[in-house]
Amino acid sequence: MLHVVGLGCARGGAAVLSNVSFDLAAGQALVLRGPNGIGKTTLLRTLAGLQPPITGDVVMPEEAAAYASHADGIKTALTVTENLAFWAEVYGMPLDLAVLDSFDLAALRNRQGGTLSAGQKRRLGLARLAVIGRKILFLDEPTVSLDTGSVMMFARWLQGDHLAQGGIAVIATHIDLGLDAPVLDLTPFKSAPGTGGGTDEAFL
Amino acid sequence: MIALLKRDLRLALRAGGGFGLGLAFFLIVVVLVPFGVGPEREVLRPIAPGILWIGALLAALLSLDRIFALDFEDGSLALLATSPLPLEAAALVKATAHWITTGLPLTLAAPLFGFLLLMQPEAYGYLLASLLIGTPALSMIGTFGAALTVGLRRGGLLLSLLVLPLYVPTLIFGAEAVRRGAAGLDASGALILQGGITAGCFAILPFATAAVLRINLR
Amino acid sequence: MSWTRPVLPWTFGLAGVCLVVGLIWGFFFTPDDFRQGSTVKIIYLHVPAALMAINAWIMMLVASLIWVVRRHHVSALAARAAAPVGVVMTLIALWTGAVWGQPMWGTWWAWDPRLTSFLILFLFYLGYIALWEAIEDPDTAADLTAILCIVGSIFAILARYAVFFWNQGLHQGASLSLDAEKNVADVFYYPLLVCIAGFVLLFVALVLMRTRTEIRARRIKALQARGQHA
Repeated sequence: MLHVVGLGCARGGAAVLSNVSFDLAAGQALVLRGPNGIGKTTLLRTLAGLQPPITGDVVMPEEAAAYASHADGIKTALTVTENLAFWAEVYGMPLDLAVLDSFDLAALRNRQGGTLSAGQKRRLGLARLAVIGRKILFLDEPTVSLDTGSVMMFARWLQGDHLAQGGIAVIATHIDLGLDAPVLDLTPFKSAPGTGGGTDEAFL
Repeated sequence: MIALLKRDLRLALRAGGGFGLGLAFFLIVVVLVPFGVGPEREVLRPIAPGILWIGALLAALLSLDRIFALDFEDGSLALLATSPLPLEAAALVKATAHWITTGLPLTLAAPLFGFLLLMQPEAYGYLLASLLIGTPALSMIGTFGAALTVGLRRGGLLLSLLVLPLYVPTLIFGAEAVRRGAAGLDASGALILQGGITAGCFAILPFATAAVLRINLR
Repeated sequence: MSWTRPVLPWTFGLAGVCLVVGLIWGFFFTPDDFRQGSTVKIIYLHVPAALMAINAWIMMLVASLIWVVRRHHVSALAARAAAPVGVVMTLIALWTGAVWGQPMWGTWWAWDPRLTSFLILFLFYLGYIALWEAIEDPDTAADLTAILCIVGSIFAILARYAVFFWNQGLHQGASLSLDAEKNVADVFYYPLLVCIAGFVLLFVALVLMRTRTEIRARRIKALQARGQHA
């Protein structure tokens, strides 16, 4: 369902990753690993279509992917329910309030986004993924500022709801989510100095 | 699209200031002008249309940098860009929301401020019409400018520098329509040309804005 | 880049020769105008500068379009290089216009549509340059300024017509046009052409030089990036 073929991506005018390839079928997840600066975020942004790849292709069904960045995109002046309802409406999905329980937000449902703690905001950001009904998720450090219990809760949702219903996830993370998923270490894909494709290289 | 419009309007209401600040600024400009040029009727009356248009323009300018900045900072702009809503539509909605929260109240308040500047009675209809036709263009052009400067930390001043020259045609036709109306001349030509500019802005600038946003999100 | 190195000194030289010949010819070897007296001779600076002020923007527009469509890096840098030259040309045109306007119209400045159009053009240049300066990433800056240039061009044309609608003005008609009957007399015309050629060559030379500088700056940046990478 998700085919990545010979993907190369650039950051700040220089190529960082080249020739990344993997295939994921429905129900599979992939964990991205690698030292800071290797290009995990760049790869996820490229997969999500926010920046163009310099080489290679990403093949996936139309209108199937969603992206979750470091930032949660939570409006501080809207309540928890309103934040979720907005994203559900943008994606044309009915809002199922059961997600509030899956992410332990039921007690916070009428609190304004601005009054939430960092971990609660993150849980709300992750709950967004559950209401938009997308099959392919690109997750950038989804567990930042979550406590152990919340990490378990998120892993349970990912494994038990998302993947079990034929979803796909590509996750950049440093902690063990306890997922039954292969790990892709990005270190071997690091671009050699002078690899073509970075825009600055056009001047050499 | 409706979802985004509803959300933006709700945010403008909750955060406060959206409606109020621009209007208050407009009022202050109108109050300050007589202090600058003197209170005489024969001085104020001829310049009233121009002052009202410039005041409305500056008041609209004030809130431009908030069109995308907050969404950019909290990450929702990147999430919107990867959502099924095309960025072109998002740009259109953002401009519409900005107009509803600033342009429309300014338009409705302008005749009131016209009294303060002792404007020619015949000009009120033209003032209302020209602002109603012209302020949407101000919002759309401003949305484009806001998209250009969204990634910059101190983009506010640059935004004014970029947007104000683009406001020239709208301002000229708008103020000209009111002046002609005040002088009892036919102002329909100016209003039609202004309508053309507004229509052109809404036809072209959502695409330019979306292109600019994609570049800034890269 | 390579072909410009031998071309550059020749362009500068030729520009200098044209300007010296054109200006001396124009200032000392043409008769005074029967109405305007010797003040008419400022035309040899005013008209070429005004022409180049507009042509520089058109060149930036073309270079921006090339960058957007073909993503040819040199065109983006050429557009960037042309902007400050265009600003100076606009300022020269405005300044000489004021100096010419004082004896002719009795005022240094009038809100004449042509003068106003140039003032607005000046503002467009300022915005364009400010945007280039404000953005750190050079490719992002190139993309955004290119779009600003394209959109700005549309609004500049609109502003020009709006300004004519707004005030009919004092300015004399165009000094040059394809319709030969309206042109200035031949005695003034030929030195003017030489001066225009000089301004064009000077513009080309300056833009080439500035573009070469920009390319070198980018090359240094790329080499530094590679050094950090290794």
